[in-house]
Amino acid sequence: MNPNRLLSAALVALVTLGAPIWIALSAPRWTTHASSTPPATLAETGLYADARTLTVADGLLEFAPQYPLWTDGARKRRWIALPPGSAIDASDADAWRFPVGTKLWKEFAFERRIETRYMELGRDGRWSYATYAWQPDESSATLAPEGGVAAACESSRGALHDIPGRFDCLACHEASPSPVLGFSALQLSSERDPRAPHADARESGVTLDELVARGLVRNLAAELLDHAPRITARSAVERAALGYLHGNCGGCHNSRGALAELGLDLAWSFEHGSRTLATTLGTPARLQGNGLARQRLVAGAPSDSLLFQRLATREPYLQMPALGTHLVDVQARELIAQWIAELGRRERNSLAHGAAGTRR
Amino acid sequence: MLLKILSVLAVAGCALALFSLERSPAAKSAAAPDVERGKYLVSFGSCNDCHTPLVMGPNGPAPDMTRMLSGHPQDLVLSSGPALEGPWGAAATHTLTGWSGPWGLSFAANLTPDKETGLGAWSAEDFIATIRSGRHLGRGRPLLPPMPVHYVNTLTDEDLRNVFAYLQSIPAVSNRVPQPVAPAQAR
Repeated sequence: MNPNRLLSAALVALVTLGAPIWIALSAPRWTTHASSTPPATLAETGLYADARTLTVADGLLEFAPQYPLWTDGARKRRWIALPPGSAIDASDADAWRFPVGTKLWKEFAFERRIETRYMELGRDGRWSYATYAWQPDESSATLAPEGGVAAACESSRGALHDIPGRFDCLACHEASPSPVLGFSALQLSSERDPRAPHADARESGVTLDELVARGLVRNLAAELLDHAPRITARSAVERAALGYLHGNCGGCHNSRGALAELGLDLAWSFEHGSRTLATTLGTPARLQGNGLARQRLVAGAPSDSLLFQRLATREPYLQMPALGTHLVDVQARELIAQWIAELGRRERNSLAHGAAGTRR
Repeated sequence: MLLKILSVLAVAGCALALFSLERSPAAKSAAAPDVERGKYLVSFGSCNDCHTPLVMGPNGPAPDMTRMLSGHPQDLVLSSGPALEGPWGAAATHTLTGWSGPWGLSFAANLTPDKETGLGAWSAEDFIATIRSGRHLGRGRPLLPPMPVHYVNTLTDEDLRNVFAYLQSIPAVSNRVPQPVAPAQAR
C-alpha cells in the first residue's frame, strides 16, 4: 500500500465536508478535444445584440422542448442560431444533422440567472461545449472552469446547484445519435403533450411546422409533415411517462449511442417508436446490491422496479440521472408510479380476459 | 534484358520496403494495443495495491494472486465503516479493498475480464471514458477514493488502451463487488 495515496485520500476527505461536494470537487479535469477554444465571455458568443441590456440578437430562435430535462426546478430559456442560408438536414428523423456554425444556448435561473450553457459546431465537424457563470448582479457571465463549479448556488428548494464541467456536458450530449438534445421533431412538435411534466405552458418557442415552413429544416419525412409527431401510447399517462423518460433518460439510454450495449432503450424514435417496455419489463437488472430491485420494471410494483427506485432517489451513488440534479422530481415520480400501476392493472385485466375467454 | 532485370529488382525492392514498413513497430502499435506495456503500466501504477485482495501469509499481508485484480471480495460484506475520530480520515479493510471515509464506503472494482462481474462486457472506449470522466462508463456514478483517477487520467489514450488490453488478457474471476454506500447524511 502506498502511504502517500492513503494520506492524500484522507487529507482531501478531511478538508471537504459532505460527500456530494467532495465528489464534485474531486472530478478530474477533462482533457478537452473540442474543436475550438470557447470565448471568454457569454457576450462574445453572439447571444446578445446588446449585452448591457441583455437584448437577444436578431435571428436567434427561442425554443422549448415539450419534454424538458429536470434540473431541480430551474427556469430555463433556450435559443438556437443557424448560419445564414443554412438548414438542418432531417433525413434521419432521429438524428438531425446541423450545419457547421450552429450555436445553441441554454440559460438556467433559480432566484436569478446562474449559468448559460453553450455549444457550437466547429468547422471540423466537432461540437465544443462551454458554460458561462453569471455574476451575482447578472451584469455579465464569464467562462466557468473546465471542471465546473460545485455548489455554485442554492436551487429554489434549498439544495445545491453545480455548474457542470465540460466532461459533464459530453457525458449526456455525446451519448446520443445527435449531440443536440431537446431540439428535434418530437420535442418541437406542434402537438404538445398536455401532461408532460414541467413543460412551458406558454407558446414560447419555434415549432417544427415553422422551421419547415421557413426552410430551416429540410428533408423531413413526408409522414411527419402530414401529421405532427407524437408518442403513440395506450393512455395519456403512458404517453407522458414515455415522453418524460425520453427527455430525461433517453439521451444516454438509447439504442444508437455510447451505452447501447446496456440494452436499455428509454428514448422514443421514429425508427421503432418506444422500446422502453421491451427493454425493461421483466428484464433482470444489471446493477445488483442490497435493497435494489432485481428487475428493471415490474408491472404494478414501482418499489420492485429499479428504474423507479433510481429515479426516485438522490442517494449519490444510485440516483438517475447520475449528474445534474440533487432533488427528486416529485411530479415525475408520481407520473412514473402512476404509469407502472397502470401497467399492472392492464396486465391483470389481460389475464382476467384471458381466463374469461378460456371459460367461454 | 539487363533493364528488365533491374526493373524487376526495383519493383521487388519497393515491395519489400513496403512490407517492412507495414510491420514496423509504429505500424504495429497503431494497429493493436501493446499488452506487455499495459502490464508494465498496471504494475508501475500499483493497481494491485487496491484491486487485488491481501491475505495474511508467512511474511505478513501479501496480494492473493489467485484473485488478481478481482476487487473487493463479494463475501466480505460491509454495511458501515468504523467511527473516525481525531486525525483519522479514512480506514480500510484488512484486504485493502474496502474503504471508509467521508464519502461513505467504497470497494475496489473487479478489473478482470469476467463478463458478468468484471470488465468483460466493456470496450476500450468504455474504459477510457471512465478514466477521463471519473464516472462509471463515462456517465454514471462517480469513481470514489482512494482510486487515484486524476493520476491515471494523465495517461494517453494509447496507454489506456494498452492497460485495458492487458486487463482483458488476465484470468477472469467471478466476483461481484458490492455497490458503494453513501454516507448517512446523503441517503
